[in-house]
Amino acid sequence: MTTLRLRMEPRPSPSALLMLGVPVLSALAALLLALVILTVTGAPLGQAVPLLVSGAAGSLFAVTETLTRATPLIFTGLAAAVAFRARLWNIGGEGQLYAGALAAVAVGGGAISAPPYLLVPLVMLAGAAAGALLLLGPVLLKTRLAVDEVVTTLLLNFVMLLFVQMMLEGPMQDPMGMGWPQSAPMVDEAALPKLVAQMRLHAGLILALAAAALVHVLIRRTALGLEMRAVGGNAAAARFAGISVPGTLIITGLFSGALAGLAGASEVAGLKGYLTTDLSPGFGYAGIVVAMLAQLNALAVVPAAIFIAAVFVGADSMSRTLAISNYFADLVVALALMCTLAGSLFLRYRLRLMRTPA
Amino acid sequence: MALAPPLLRLRGIGMRFGDLIANDGIDLDVAAGEIVALLGENGAGKTTLMNILFGHYVADAGEIAIADEAGRLAPLTQGSPQAALAAGIGMVHQHFALAHNLSGLENIMLGTVPLFGLRLPRREVRARLKQLIAETGLAVDLDTPVRALSVGERQRIEILKALSRRARVLVLDEPTAVLAPLDAEHLFGAIRTLAARGLAVIFISHKLSEVLALAHRIVVLRHGRKVADLPAEGADRETLARHMIGHALERPEPTAPRAGPPVLELQGVTCGTGRDRLRDATLTLRGGEIVGIAGVSGNGQRGLAGILSGLERRESGRVLICGEPAGATARQMVARGVGRLTEDRHHDGIAGDLTVAENLILERTRSPQVQRHGLLRRRAIRAEAEAAIRAFDVRCPGPDAPIRLLSGGNIQKLLLARALHGHPRLILANQPTRGLDIGATGEVHRRLQEAAAGGAGVLLISEDLDELLALAHRIAVLHAGHLTPAIETARLDVQTIGLAMAGHAAGAFAPIEAAAS
Repeated sequence: MTTLRLRMEPRPSPSALLMLGVPVLSALAALLLALVILTVTGAPLGQAVPLLVSGAAGSLFAVTETLTRATPLIFTGLAAAVAFRARLWNIGGEGQLYAGALAAVAVGGGAISAPPYLLVPLVMLAGAAAGALLLLGPVLLKTRLAVDEVVTTLLLNFVMLLFVQMMLEGPMQDPMGMGWPQSAPMVDEAALPKLVAQMRLHAGLILALAAAALVHVLIRRTALGLEMRAVGGNAAAARFAGISVPGTLIITGLFSGALAGLAGASEVAGLKGYLTTDLSPGFGYAGIVVAMLAQLNALAVVPAAIFIAAVFVGADSMSRTLAISNYFADLVVALALMCTLAGSLFLRYRLRLMRTPA
Repeated sequence: MALAPPLLRLRGIGMRFGDLIANDGIDLDVAAGEIVALLGENGAGKTTLMNILFGHYVADAGEIAIADEAGRLAPLTQGSPQAALAAGIGMVHQHFALAHNLSGLENIMLGTVPLFGLRLPRREVRARLKQLIAETGLAVDLDTPVRALSVGERQRIEILKALSRRARVLVLDEPTAVLAPLDAEHLFGAIRTLAARGLAVIFISHKLSEVLALAHRIVVLRHGRKVADLPAEGADRETLARHMIGHALERPEPTAPRAGPPVLELQGVTCGTGRDRLRDATLTLRGGEIVGIAGVSGNGQRGLAGILSGLERRESGRVLICGEPAGATARQMVARGVGRLTEDRHHDGIAGDLTVAENLILERTRSPQVQRHGLLRRRAIRAEAEAAIRAFDVRCPGPDAPIRLLSGGNIQKLLLARALHGHPRLILANQPTRGLDIGATGEVHRRLQEAAAGGAGVLLISEDLDELLALAHRIAVLHAGHLTPAIETARLDVQTIGLAMAGHAAGAFAPIEAAAS
């Protein structure tokens, strides 16, 4: 008698089809699993699924909303992808996003008056610089004192959020805000232009797409990118080859923090117009999922971010109609991360069905 | 021995990985008390065969049978390490599977005591191990965390782990690849004792001398096939090598030194910490010369290699490269014309997920040959990688393949291409053939000799005395961080070097590689 057994065997090198297929299937698997849970809540699937799809992509409004939501996710996804390439575990995208947003309103909230072609770049630069600076501390602690950056970046998120709260209830509170904890509004010259009339979609998306292309070139085509990948791949070998590991990590950290900072700057300058402490519903954390779903590939971050954004937007719309909690979106995002991690296993191993004599 | 009934019988074992035939109709019998050496080049199928035996793989064809208590052969369930363990097959892998934060005792108990037991039977296990240690001579401190143990001690823990599971067949996969000669000698003693007590031992190796020194019977694999099965008595290196590589063994011919100007001068150099410390070392190496550094690993080799790699800072003394002060960083050393081969290819030689081409240029990421305005010159890099792959006969799918797919020998050839780029004036070859098969070893030796003939000075740090005696024009010995003067190889013999390697230790110590040759 023989029995069938499943075995995992190492795979020499994943094919291009597989590199593409695994994340796509992971995303679909996450959706399916979420739908299973949705059924358990008693929601009518026949209604829920169409609502989810139409809410995310069923109209011009839906599409622009999804892309608007995708914009910060592209930035934070790139921030995670750049850092993780060099094995710098930046979990602080959320804090860096708020740092970027705070710097953006500080510069663009009326403190400086300049024409838009000067003020908009200045606002974005300030946001990038603030995000980069916030990550610089944890990176220096890591390179100098070997302090685990996972802990420091994660904890700085809470520190930063409280700092923003303090600023918004104190020195940066809008004097015209009737006591609400919000910043003064951005001046018109600092605002990112809208892309579609009557819609919220703004030029931040263009910046995000450009950033994705630039990061792709940086990682794949430049000497610095090669050094980052070498440090991430094997720091000891990079050191032996004469690459400065601390130097590379610091530069990587500056890039990563800047990208997350841009997410915050683009949100206040393009979408909200002022800063509150609910600017981000966890874009910094969702960026990690985006980066993992994209297999740390900068170009793939764009579709991954759009997928996650579509889930958020679609779930919002569905939950409004069906009275289901919009935590459903968080559920899909969490499942997507788990499915991607599980799916990555298949990039390294193949399953083999075999007969063994019992 | 051959007449004894087999304890273990493999018949017609076949295994394919895609297009590669790893095992092709291999038969193997092992009797109780017998030491069988499985000899073959890297990639000959030795490890695959043992992984099938141990249940890591399921063979495409063939049967495995192991004797039960009554001595009757019963088929073994394939693909189940648990079944293999239960049948009394123990395996010590090349890369140990020990938890570094646990002690040796705890590591041995892992997997042998029930997972959800309320109490760990420490005392019973310890008593049994004490007895095992006394009987086998595998002395090791059971209470020290594994991370603090030497490689040799970790290996003993692995062997004790297998024995404590009542192994009747012990498989050792290249056990000496990681050992210093002295540790290897101890290991051989223990293996002989164990075999005398009735344990069947399968010993995987590609080193001829140790196979001849230890085994009762030698089975040679080549390209997945069994090509020879002969008693060790009466076998000789030449015959075995011919079976193993398919043609006669080529030994490196010693070359005449062409003493040029000094390329390396060490003047009272002290650096490094702990076992890696180099103390007050003085040495002059001239262009055209190969100077060997003999010594057991952990006697200051890392300090010496670190200084020349640009990774270690010296505390005192002077280092001159071609008469000029040495650089302080790896990049500066490369710029000064130092080609460097690391001791551990996988640890700090390559980044596995980077491509062959990327690893080739890793030392020169900022050089104008490789980048312009920060952008990689991809066509130039690719052309250079293709040239290097051809020139150094690196077997790989291509320059864009991840380097982790390559075998150890091919990785070393690529690293050799990297180190020899731009005709360095000084070459640091740190354990350059460790773990390589005969073919790749010959290639590395030829390249080093060519470089010396071309005027470069080669500093060859090695634990392999055969290698040193064959290649080096002069040999110095490192012991406890002290470097002896370099003496002409013609004036040295194995015993003299061995004594120096042991410091002032007694003459009983003789490196095994040398004893067998």
